[in-house]
Amino acid sequence: MNQLIISAAAEGDTNPLIPNIWEMFVVLVGFAVLMFIVVKFVVPMFEKTFAERAEAIEGGIAKAEKAQAEASAALEEYKQQLTDARAEANRIREEARGEGAQILADLKEKAAAESARITAQAHVQIESERQAAVVSLRSEVGTLATTLAGRIVGEALNDDERAARVVDRFLADLESQNAGAAK
Amino acid sequence: MIALALPAQDSGEFNPPGIEQLHLPAILPWGVADGFSKQMLLVILSVVIIATFFLLAARKQQLVPGKLQFAGEMAYGFVRNSIAKDIIGGKDFMKYVPLLFSLFFFILVNNIYGAIPVIQLPSFSHVGGAYVLAGIVYVTWIAIGVKKNGIKYFKLATVPSGVPFYILPIVIPIEIISNFLVRPVTHSLRLFATMLAGHLIVMIAGSGIEFLVMQENVLLKGASVLVLGGSLAMYMLEALIMALQAYVFTLLTAIYIEGALHADSH
Repeated sequence: MNQLIISAAAEGDTNPLIPNIWEMFVVLVGFAVLMFIVVKFVVPMFEKTFAERAEAIEGGIAKAEKAQAEASAALEEYKQQLTDARAEANRIREEARGEGAQILADLKEKAAAESARITAQAHVQIESERQAAVVSLRSEVGTLATTLAGRIVGEALNDDERAARVVDRFLADLESQNAGAAK
Repeated sequence: MIALALPAQDSGEFNPPGIEQLHLPAILPWGVADGFSKQMLLVILSVVIIATFFLLAARKQQLVPGKLQFAGEMAYGFVRNSIAKDIIGGKDFMKYVPLLFSLFFFILVNNIYGAIPVIQLPSFSHVGGAYVLAGIVYVTWIAIGVKKNGIKYFKLATVPSGVPFYILPIVIPIEIISNFLVRPVTHSLRLFATMLAGHLIVMIAGSGIEFLVMQENVLLKGASVLVLGGSLAMYMLEALIMALQAYVFTLLTAIYIEGALHADSH
C-alpha cells in the first residue's frame, strides 16, 4: 500500500491544478444525468404542485370573495326592500289619512247639503202651508167677518161682489197697518 | 517520500501530509493510480442520492405536503426563489432553475461528503470536477448572452457605457480579462481550493493527533486533546464552508446569467 501511494506521488502528479481527465468525464456525465432527471421530472413535478397550490389558495380566496359579495348584495337588497316597505307603509298611511279626511269632508258636505235641502223643503212646506192658511184664512175670515158684520149691521151682505170688495179693503188696511207697525 | 506518505512513522519529527495524499489509490482496478477513484464513485453516488431524494419527495404530490415533500419543496424553493427568482427575476428565470438547482445540490452533496466520517472526501478537492462545472456555466452564460443580444453581446460585455473614450483603452482589456478569462478560473478554483484546503486541514489535524499520541512524553500525548478540540472547531467551519461554497457557486452562476440576459442595461 505504501508502495502504491509513493509510486503515485513519484509520478509527479502533484500539481493540484492539473485535472484527471477521467474524473472530469465522470463529473460531466454525472451532472448531465442529474440535469436530465431534474429537467424531466423534478422541476415539472414541483412546479405542478406549486401551481396547483397557488390555484387552490387563489380559488378559495376568489370563492370567499364571491360569497362575501353575494352576502353583501343580499343584505343591500333586504335593506332596500325594508326601506321600500317602510316608504310604502308611510304612503299607505298618508293615503288613508287623506282618504279619511276626504270622506269626512264629503260626509260633512253631504250632511250640510242634506240639512240645507231639508231646511229648504221645510221652508217651502211652511210657505205653502202658510199660503194655504192665508188662503183659507182669507176666505174664512171673509165669511166670518161678513157674517159678523151682516149680523151687526143687520143688513145682509149677500151680494158677494160687494162683500168681497169690503173684505179686500179691510185686509189691505190691515196689511198696511201691519207694515207700518213692522216699520 | 516515505515520510510524506506515512508521517510520524519512523523519524522523530512531524511531517505533515501533503497534496499527494489526496490522490488515493483507485478502487477499480484495486490500487492502481489512474483507475476508478473514490471521487468518481462519490460523484456517481451523489447523483443517485439527489435524484432519489427529490424523486421520492416529488412523487406523491399533494396540496398539503407531508414531511418528505415539505423538505423537498423547501430545498427546491430555496434555489428557485432565493437564488433564481431574486437574482435573475423577471418572467424568464424559470428557464434557468433546473441548471441552478442541479448545480447547487450536486455541489452541496459532493462537498458535504467531506464532513461525513469514513467518506471524508469532498469530490471537488480534485480540480477536474470544478473545471467541468465552471466550464458548463461559462459556456451557458456566453450562449445566453449571444442568443439574447447577438454578436453585439461581446461589445456590451466589454465596453461599459458612460465611460470617457480616453479611458476605454484601459477599461476594455480589463473587462475582457476579468469577464472572459479570469471569471471561469476563479469560479472553478474558488470551489476547488476551499475544498482542498478543508480536506488538508482535516488530514493535518488527524495526522497531528496521531503523531502526538504516539509520543512517549505524557505532556505531548496530552497536547493531542488540544489538537482534537481545534480540529473539531475546524470541522464545524469546514461544514459551513462546504454549504457556503455550494451556495456561492450557484449564486455566481445566477449573477453571470443575469448579467448576460441584461447586458444592455449594465
